Amino acid sequence: MVEPKLRLRDLNRRFMLRDRAVDALAGISLDVAPGEFLSIVGPSGCGKTTMLRIVAGLETATSGTVEIMREPGSTRPLNAMVFQQESVFPWKNVRDNAAFGLKARGFGKRERYEMVQPILDKVGLRGFEDALPHQLSGGMKQRVAIARAFANDPEIMLMDEPFAALDEQTKLILQAELLRIWEESRKTVMYVTHSIDEAITLSDRVLVMSARPGRVKEIIDIKSAFPRPRDIAAVKSSPKYGEFFGRIWSLLRDEVMAASLVSA
Amino acid sequence: MNAKMLNRVLSVVTPALLLLAWEVASRTQIIDFRFFSAPSAIFKEFVVMLESGELLKHTLISLQRIFIGFTIGTVSGVVIGLAVGLIPAVSAALKPIIDATFPIPKVGLLPLVIIIFGLGEASKYAIIAIGVVYLVIINTVSGVRHIERIYLDVGRNYHASRLMMFTDVALPGALPMIIAGMKISMGVSLILIVSAESLAAKSGIGYLIWTTWQVFEVEKMYVGLFMAAVLGACLTALLDWLERVMIPWKRV
Ligand SMILES: Nc1ncnc2c1ncn2[C@@H]1O[C@H](COP(=O)(O)OP(=O)(O)OP(=O)(O)O)[C@@H](O)[C@H]1O
Ligand SMILES: [Mg+2]
Repeated sequence: MVEPKLRLRDLNRRFMLRDRAVDALAGISLDVAPGEFLSIVGPSGCGKTTMLRIVAGLETATSGTVEIMREPGSTRPLNAMVFQQESVFPWKNVRDNAAFGLKARGFGKRERYEMVQPILDKVGLRGFEDALPHQLSGGMKQRVAIARAFANDPEIMLMDEPFAALDEQTKLILQAELLRIWEESRKTVMYVTHSIDEAITLSDRVLVMSARPGRVKEIIDIKSAFPRPRDIAAVKSSPKYGEFFGRIWSLLRDEVMAASLVSA
Repeated sequence: MNAKMLNRVLSVVTPALLLLAWEVASRTQIIDFRFFSAPSAIFKEFVVMLESGELLKHTLISLQRIFIGFTIGTVSGVVIGLAVGLIPAVSAALKPIIDATFPIPKVGLLPLVIIIFGLGEASKYAIIAIGVVYLVIINTVSGVRHIERIYLDVGRNYHASRLMMFTDVALPGALPMIIAGMKISMGVSLILIVSAESLAAKSGIGYLIWTTWQVFEVEKMYVGLFMAAVLGACLTALLDWLERVMIPWKRV
């Protein structure tokens, strides 16, 4: 097997809530291949966001290791995260929001504006470069967040339910766009979602997590059934789609019920 | 006539009636006209002072003092506030001093400020800057601390430098609170400048009010009070405008 892009080994994370210990992650070990699109599904509160934040370096693991492999000589940033909540800066226009990471890396104004323009075009924001986020719809704001992450050209993209807050139609459009952009760039992606459908249509593999404390319950290979480039409509009408859906749902159902018992 | 129109009419008629009552009471000497000059007499004096340039001179000098002191206070308040809000060590070093000295009424510092900065312009700038800096620091710190965590996370995720965290995240994120602090400070500045000019100055609106009272030129004193009100209203309007321009994303 080729060298993985991301290697997680025995990742644990414990939070202290007053004097009570909450284990968010318990022994996550995982390899993600270069250029792989990995989706992560699991019941609410099982530690998906925590795992992504640890990979992003925004949170530290209680124990375990995270390694992101760089191509030799590469100066690309290790990761860029698209957050679960709305995360574009309300005080920056679309162009400056998208160019934020490039500015942080020291690119001059002219240069970074030139670099973000093709990405803004790709996510359908041409003509809105000077708009402030409050002048945009929810879907457009999420496009800005995605453009910001892609513009930074990271080794690995971390996406935490980027479309969860959007309506169904907008979500379908953005999924198709994401797939198209991803197929051009072939970035390594970790993609958290609550939607089994989204996980199947977008991913190479789907990681199903157990209820808290989060563990790897099963990893399901989708890629061999649905090679790239993919047509979302064709995927959804294939009988294999139903099989995958049933399998993931039955894995999740047990965990969701376990989670609701724990919190009840 | 609907309620809205009635209210609009009331807001014009009530002050007019009050002025009229004042005028009548003063002329008929129901109230002591030596202390409560008739509005018509005050207006006459206003025109005289306007034409002689006296009024403009005092107003401009006060305006200049406020502008300079306010700018010094605001700029240093924002810088200190950002540092206190973002850097724990700075907070540990400065927060106790700020909290301990904040409750001192700033007017009470005037004698000290005059000793340190002399009777000239510097002491006027200083007292206003002192009054402003506290309110701006406190609002900036609170603005920074209430920035939604997600924006700080984005900054960290993209490895923004400390400087960029200041200029691109903390400052704009705290701006609504900073401007709110500036608005409160403007009121404080007016109080302080009028006090400082009454105590130790040869010009300015505060000087005008106080000296005319001492030599019993009551109409002039009222003109001074009126100008202080006009100045306050104009500066408040200026800050409202600034707020609209600087934080368009907060506009409803
Ligand atoms: N900063 C924190 N302090 C204390 N507990 C935390 C903290 N962050 C997360 N947790 C706890 O860790 C667990 C996992 O949280 P996490 O946000 O990773 O879940 P999630 O899988 O992303 O859930 P969702 O699907 O609802 O977004 C939860 O029980 C949560 O309460
Ligand atoms: Mg989450």
